[in-house]
Amino acid sequence: MIKSMIKSKLFWPIVVLVLILLFNLFFDRGFFSIEVRGGHLVGSLIDILNRGAPLMLISIGMTLVIATKGIDLGVGSVIAMSGAIGAMSVAGAADDSILPLFTAIGLSVGICVLAGAWNGLLVSRVGVQPIVATLILMVAGRGIAQLITGGQITTVYYEPYSYIGGGYLFLLPFSIFIVAAVFAIAMFLTRKTAIGLFIESVGSNPDASRLSGINSKNIILMVYIFSGFCAAIGGLILSSNVASADGNNAGLWYELDAILAVVIGGTSLMGGRFFLMGTLVGALIIQSLTTTIYSVGVPTEYNLVVKAIVVLIVCLLQSPEFRKRLTGAFGSKKGVKSTKDKGVTLS
Amino acid sequence: MQNQTPRLAMEGIVKEFPGVKALSDVNFQLFPGEVHALMGENGAGKSTLIKVLTGVYSIDGGTVTLEGNPIHVNSPLEAQELGISTVYQEVNLCTNLSVVENIFIGRQIMKKGRIDWKEMNRQADELLKRLNLNIDVTKLLSSYSVAMQQMIAIARALNVQAKVLILDEPTSSLDRDEVNQLFDVIRNLQKEGLAIVFVSHFLDQIYEISNRITVLRNGEWIGEYMTKDLPRLELVEKMIGKELNELTSISKGKGDEVQTEKRESFMEVENLSKTGNIQPFNLDIHEGEIVGLAGLLGSGRTELARLLFGADKPDTGEIKIKGVKKQLNSPKQAIANRIAFCSEDRKAEGIIPELTIRENMILAMQGTKGWFRFIPKKKQIEIADEYVELLNINPPNPEQLIKNLSGGNQQKVMLARWLITNPELLILDEPTRGIDIGAKTEIMKLMVSLSEKGMSILFVSSELDEVLRTCDKIAVLRDRKKVSEISNKDHKTQHDIMKEMAGGM
Repeated sequence: MIKSMIKSKLFWPIVVLVLILLFNLFFDRGFFSIEVRGGHLVGSLIDILNRGAPLMLISIGMTLVIATKGIDLGVGSVIAMSGAIGAMSVAGAADDSILPLFTAIGLSVGICVLAGAWNGLLVSRVGVQPIVATLILMVAGRGIAQLITGGQITTVYYEPYSYIGGGYLFLLPFSIFIVAAVFAIAMFLTRKTAIGLFIESVGSNPDASRLSGINSKNIILMVYIFSGFCAAIGGLILSSNVASADGNNAGLWYELDAILAVVIGGTSLMGGRFFLMGTLVGALIIQSLTTTIYSVGVPTEYNLVVKAIVVLIVCLLQSPEFRKRLTGAFGSKKGVKSTKDKGVTLS
Repeated sequence: MQNQTPRLAMEGIVKEFPGVKALSDVNFQLFPGEVHALMGENGAGKSTLIKVLTGVYSIDGGTVTLEGNPIHVNSPLEAQELGISTVYQEVNLCTNLSVVENIFIGRQIMKKGRIDWKEMNRQADELLKRLNLNIDVTKLLSSYSVAMQQMIAIARALNVQAKVLILDEPTSSLDRDEVNQLFDVIRNLQKEGLAIVFVSHFLDQIYEISNRITVLRNGEWIGEYMTKDLPRLELVEKMIGKELNELTSISKGKGDEVQTEKRESFMEVENLSKTGNIQPFNLDIHEGEIVGLAGLLGSGRTELARLLFGADKPDTGEIKIKGVKKQLNSPKQAIANRIAFCSEDRKAEGIIPELTIRENMILAMQGTKGWFRFIPKKKQIEIADEYVELLNINPPNPEQLIKNLSGGNQQKVMLARWLITNPELLILDEPTRGIDIGAKTEIMKLMVSLSEKGMSILFVSSELDEVLRTCDKIAVLRDRKKVSEISNKDHKTQHDIMKEMAGGM
């Protein structure tokens, strides 16, 4: 029982997450307390979930892209685009009508899905390497976002818009429900239809997949579109949360955090098997890390360095080889024995 | 020539890998000024022998002497320093560097701590002139043809004071004119007294350029012959082996021969070709017929099979299935027409290593169903269990990752993947390669019983006895061309097929 738990891909990420959360207890006795205030649940944990929502969303999309041996560097810019489109289209709207809200959502999601399709077409039909193809959108998308906002931060005074990222439903932040819904859609599509199997097979061995009659081009196109969709919603949440459109900084470096979350979650950058649940935990690790660094009072300028160190530790902990060495260094015989078992195989 | 001392002599060479004897007691001698062809089918041990000689692998037994002195080669670098140079099949150069950079990479001529370009250009020019090549050495390698690159690779190999030059399939990507150009160079080097080892699958070329032939089979030394004294047919026999485990239990009931003629045609192929892969050919495959594709390695067997499956696009010709003209532009279309193709390259084109046995099995079937008509997990498990038992797959656990299985069991999973799609034409490309005798027999029995149920099978194999035992009709390929079609009736023997495979008589 315990053994199978340790073998599970989720084990180490969860251990790390729990450690980070426990670490906070030293500095803030009330870290785990959650109370009802003004009809909302309030507490640090809720806060992490709420603030981590955009990252969790785009990491879900990123997971599928990475499973096909691809990568999507454009998501940060798509977040900026989505936020800019959403906020600008409701900028002058009156509070009493709810229609502009849906126009905003429709416009953002529609355009960002097109952006994802653009990436997908470049990769699957034109044959551009994913990292190059999505780099184009990474640059262009932010440029478009800046054009839309005119390079300014535009504040939105339209109340319904801020519900997406700042509203509450059944005591909980609304954004958590959005994440849950998108996660459920992703889980359904990949585990209850054949799409998950095809994604894994295309990522693991594209030639063999083609010879098995799988249209890998459409699979690849689909994951980039989905990634664009996730980034669109993430962008709406972010911009709605601060009730403004910021083409310059919204979603900056999010693509890198998302890639990290995916890798921490156990999905290999070499494609193949993917772990959506692991990705969620990975995203939460990164978010709690950020929150912790702020709440512990590390000066802001140390933020990135501390984050890098912790991420390095997480990645090392996940490597079976490193753990073996670590236990080997403490004199355990386990490590020695298992290296002996590795026979040389003829290929 | 025989009285000379050999420049290189390898005696009683043994090389073992865990569980496999790759070379056992192999001899090889090489005289100055000769081109010595090393022949053998896949897995014969040619490349192992070359790797042993060039220090890629260590030797487990036997001696190597170079110009009378025993040597121990521990690394490719050492081999080069001793004067043993190799040019590999794939041009091993950097196309984005200049010719001169490629020739001197790793051993640049230095002057006062800086690279002496003038001297290097001069020496490169000189080297290439030796090969009768007059080209601008400062241009990028990519600006020259593949043949030229191949020769530049030879120049690079000669740059060190080479005594022995090994050419491993140097002609596989060259056209006829380029081959001639290369052969001129080889003859020049031969005159200079260089000892050359030549590995190639093209019989014509072997007979054109080589003086002497050493044949290996299954890691064993079969013999050494003067090329002019060894007829082609004998060479092929020696490469393939003659042990006729004559038609035994699995032999197909020959009583239904007459019926074969009457059976409906499943696929008619006319004039199908792809430049550089296979010349135009015709082929008829009837329902319930097992058609064998025989030919030496590199004769175009796989290339032909891939065209029938839509894995490659043909340049000319057409395919009719049950009398209706079809375009097979992708495997997906071929599968929709009930064709299945089990690739010979299991690793690269067969298994999905990260997935389980079950997932690998249902992949092609799910491919036909598309994204949303997902085969329920329960059904998947049922199918997987059934085929694990039917094909005797070990370990009998469908949730095991396929990459952990042995070659034979992986092959069975591949078979299952295609049988599950219930094809009308099953193309099996070397399904028995690299698997043990027991599994081989099982697979052949299965083929026969499937054909009796009406499935057509195209059986590509280099094992002639297997082809003879199972096939109704055998198409023979040579040098990327279909040369004949033999009906397997009147007690054909391996000899008959070999004659066609060797040709040139």
